[in-house]
Amino acid sequence: MTLSDLTAQAGEWLRGAGPMHDVVISSRVRLARNVAGMPFLSKCTAAQQRDLEQRLAGTILDAGLADGTFYVDMAAASETDRRLLVERHLVSRQHAEASHPRGVAVAGDETMAIMVNEEDHLRMQVLRSGLQLDNAAAEINRIDDRLEGQMDFAFDGRYGYLTACPTNVGTGLRVSVMLHLPALKMTGEIEKALRAARDMHLAIRGLYGEGTEASGDFFQVSNQTTLGKSEAQIIEEFVHQTVPHFIEYERRARRGLLENRPAMLEDKVFRSLALLRSARCISSDETMYLLSLVRLGINLGRINDVDLTAVNELFLLTQPAHLQKILRHEMQPQERSEARAEYIRQHLGGN
Amino acid sequence: MNFKCDHCGKPATVHLTEIEGGAKIEKHLCESCAQSEGITIKADVPISQLLENFILQSGSTTPEPTCEICGMTLSEFRRGGLLGCPNDYETFSHVLVNLLERTHEGASQHVGKVPVRAGLDQQRATALLRLRAQLKAAVAQEDYERAAAIRDEIKEMGAS
Repeated sequence: MTLSDLTAQAGEWLRGAGPMHDVVISSRVRLARNVAGMPFLSKCTAAQQRDLEQRLAGTILDAGLADGTFYVDMAAASETDRRLLVERHLVSRQHAEASHPRGVAVAGDETMAIMVNEEDHLRMQVLRSGLQLDNAAAEINRIDDRLEGQMDFAFDGRYGYLTACPTNVGTGLRVSVMLHLPALKMTGEIEKALRAARDMHLAIRGLYGEGTEASGDFFQVSNQTTLGKSEAQIIEEFVHQTVPHFIEYERRARRGLLENRPAMLEDKVFRSLALLRSARCISSDETMYLLSLVRLGINLGRINDVDLTAVNELFLLTQPAHLQKILRHEMQPQERSEARAEYIRQHLGGN
Repeated sequence: MNFKCDHCGKPATVHLTEIEGGAKIEKHLCESCAQSEGITIKADVPISQLLENFILQSGSTTPEPTCEICGMTLSEFRRGGLLGCPNDYETFSHVLVNLLERTHEGASQHVGKVPVRAGLDQQRATALLRLRAQLKAAVAQEDYERAAAIRDEIKEMGAS
């Protein structure tokens, strides 16, 4: 299995089939870990960083954590490949853009990815489609146990697992869900919902995590507190308090639109579909915006002749690096806009 | 309704209702009077900003705390926001506790998972860290004889 094998399909977690998928696109849990007896990355020499990378990559691959696991040496990967990994949410932007020795181990089905030498020596994540945090948490715990059987992680009785940034210390656990909230956005209630989330000590980010704006209709919501609560408690609060609020708000806003402004809603949804089926040049941002409304139209039963999976896949496959991989050549932005429009027309039955 | 601060007459932004012995007492304070009364105001700011504020705080007048193992200084940590080695949690514990409590809903004690294996005890982990720092210094000084001796010592401790 290599990176190129992944390109033409969407990751498991983006198929849009999981529980509560009308609002929850995907669930993600990640653990931050550092090797005991080693400095954190910023104080490692280049030689230590190289040694760490080799040792950790070897240990991960030998541990047989998931079928078809392969390792990508980020320092040797092309820019397009690194961007592809970002677009698939398998590495952070920071990891793609850094220049020190580093890499990522990816499971064949992409539900597991372990970044080596990111901010911490190890950043392991498990992804699932829809709301499946309990399942994802059990899996990341299994992976952590397996690796812990092979090496010692920096741990302290008081502070827990020690991380380079004190905001991750303790459990090192970050739980997040990617939410699709077009109705809250349309009704202007989104600000209220996001404020409430911040009051609950949650972080709100954009589609591509830290440092990206929450733009468009997609929001990544995650816990900020990693110390003083057990892993189970963090997950439990998230699954039973945080996420249900958002799902309920969004569904209520959707019902409100259907009851009070059905013509406006249908107009927006069908115009979006028509544009996607007819455009000859289209940017990545406009694509996201229109696909979001089409997704809403499908979830509300207004659009019946488009497959939800096809739409979910297009979110990914129309991103710049994916488009260039699929069409097998580097393109300038203008050429990409044309290629993107054509690709979308082919997949949405356009004219 | 616009209240004025009970103490200084500035517009009040902090409003408290306390029940003492069955009697309701209302207080209206401006932010600075509230702070001098020791009332902490729950900050509606994201972690990144808390961290930034923390990093921008002016340092104290005592000599700068520095990690004896990795050489991280408090001001370097404040600038970059990242620690240099596990021992820094010990070195900077006096300032970290405050930061941790602000970013983790008042907590500074881990209650979650504990490694399955007993693993490296802390003393041994710190000793290894220290040896690796010495190795780094020896290589930098081109003292290869000493570097080789330290490398052997690290190997003896069972870590590659």
